[in-house]
Amino acid sequence: MMAERFDVAVVGGGMVGSAIAVGCARRGARTVLLDEGDVALRAARGNFGLVWSQGKGDGMPAYAAWTRESLRHWDSFAEAMSGAAGTDIGFRRKGGLIFTLGEQEWEQRVEDVRRLHNQIGGASTPVRMLDRRELEELIPGTPLGPRVLGASLAPEDGHVNPLLLLRGMHAAFRAAGGTHRPGAPVDAVRPGFTLHRGAESIAAERVVIAAGLGTPKLAAMLGMPVPVHPVRGQNMVTERLPPMLPLPASAIRQTAEGVVQIGVSYEENLWETATTVKELARMAARAVQVLPPLRHARIVRAWGALRPMTPDRYPIYAQSQAHPGAYVAVCHSGVTLSAAHAGPLAEGILAGRLPDLVAELGPDRFHADAA
Amino acid sequence: MLTRPDPGSVTILFEGAPIRARAGESVASALLAAGILAVRTTPVSGAPRGPFCMMGACFDCLAVVDGVGGVQTCLVPVREGMRIERQHGARDVAAEDAA
Repeated sequence: MMAERFDVAVVGGGMVGSAIAVGCARRGARTVLLDEGDVALRAARGNFGLVWSQGKGDGMPAYAAWTRESLRHWDSFAEAMSGAAGTDIGFRRKGGLIFTLGEQEWEQRVEDVRRLHNQIGGASTPVRMLDRRELEELIPGTPLGPRVLGASLAPEDGHVNPLLLLRGMHAAFRAAGGTHRPGAPVDAVRPGFTLHRGAESIAAERVVIAAGLGTPKLAAMLGMPVPVHPVRGQNMVTERLPPMLPLPASAIRQTAEGVVQIGVSYEENLWETATTVKELARMAARAVQVLPPLRHARIVRAWGALRPMTPDRYPIYAQSQAHPGAYVAVCHSGVTLSAAHAGPLAEGILAGRLPDLVAELGPDRFHADAA
Repeated sequence: MLTRPDPGSVTILFEGAPIRARAGESVASALLAAGILAVRTTPVSGAPRGPFCMMGACFDCLAVVDGVGGVQTCLVPVREGMRIERQHGARDVAAEDAA
């Protein structure tokens, strides 16, 4: 039996793969999205929903510049995805905060903001420190705890409903003529390219491996060593509450519907998505220090998800040297970067050359000694 | 409204009005027996809601019980003198914190 032929096969139907697929399909490429489905270890179904630049790129200015590029595309991207989803995906961009509790955190935050600014300057988005009085002027109704001395503010940051974003990308992909094939993992990729999935064979001119934690196995078949490991993050949400936090913050945000979402944990190398009382209690205790009325709020749901993490925490993008036309894209900031993935990255993949902005984000940075 | 052969010996207050209840039954059950079908309005659309599943799963029977909002009334037994108020929209934890 002849294999079906496509211009582009994207492996991975989460945040990263879906964004690339929608970008390719909207540019007229005959694209198939091979998607294991929600049974996968899918960060796209468990993330926090920030569209965020603040604090990113310390030690890697290229990551800050790429993040800023994505933020530049977010307004038009969100509008297109809301249109496809048939509902507002909830993108709001009025600035993002990192609260500081106590003198030590305030001083550390001042120092971090200064260091990052000196290091990457204009490549990043602007960030400024707000003392308690300035913070109260910015968010006058918010019941801040007494230990909140201030916050850093990145005016270009925001948040989105990540579940609706994923739905919007899948809908936009199908509307652009894309072929979405959920339901089974890809078993093997052969140069040429042929993808094997159970009894199915799919042929494509280009292949993009964007399979999160499943990426290393498939990328290795195309001669690309891509180190990725899981870092678990836990989340919880309260019952719906009246509006109290108009801007999203690191580890605490209130959705348009009133739910307060609380994060965040970093647990290395666990291959399970369970939650733990220890982490949830620590996260809740901090949230209550930021917003004391939350001590009355009920937690209605908690979950864990696995971030696909690289050794230095920055994304990896590459085209295979041995097999041109094969690409890999993996990162833990799939929401923030989705506008860049659907825009300049998809454009680069179709043109046969990755964007200059991601030139320093290849996996060869981990093999400097071997080169 | 149901007619109960035994209206019970406990008195609770709904929006200030006394309701007879049986010892050991849930608040939601006492309210339904008194013909009160809607105990809250939803935070997003403001639509009325009332006890439905009676087993702690649907969260539609939320009301303010003795000043505390967001209480699942199907899971709370009646107590003499208990005060129940309708919950309008989202639970106001900031107001509870100030109280």
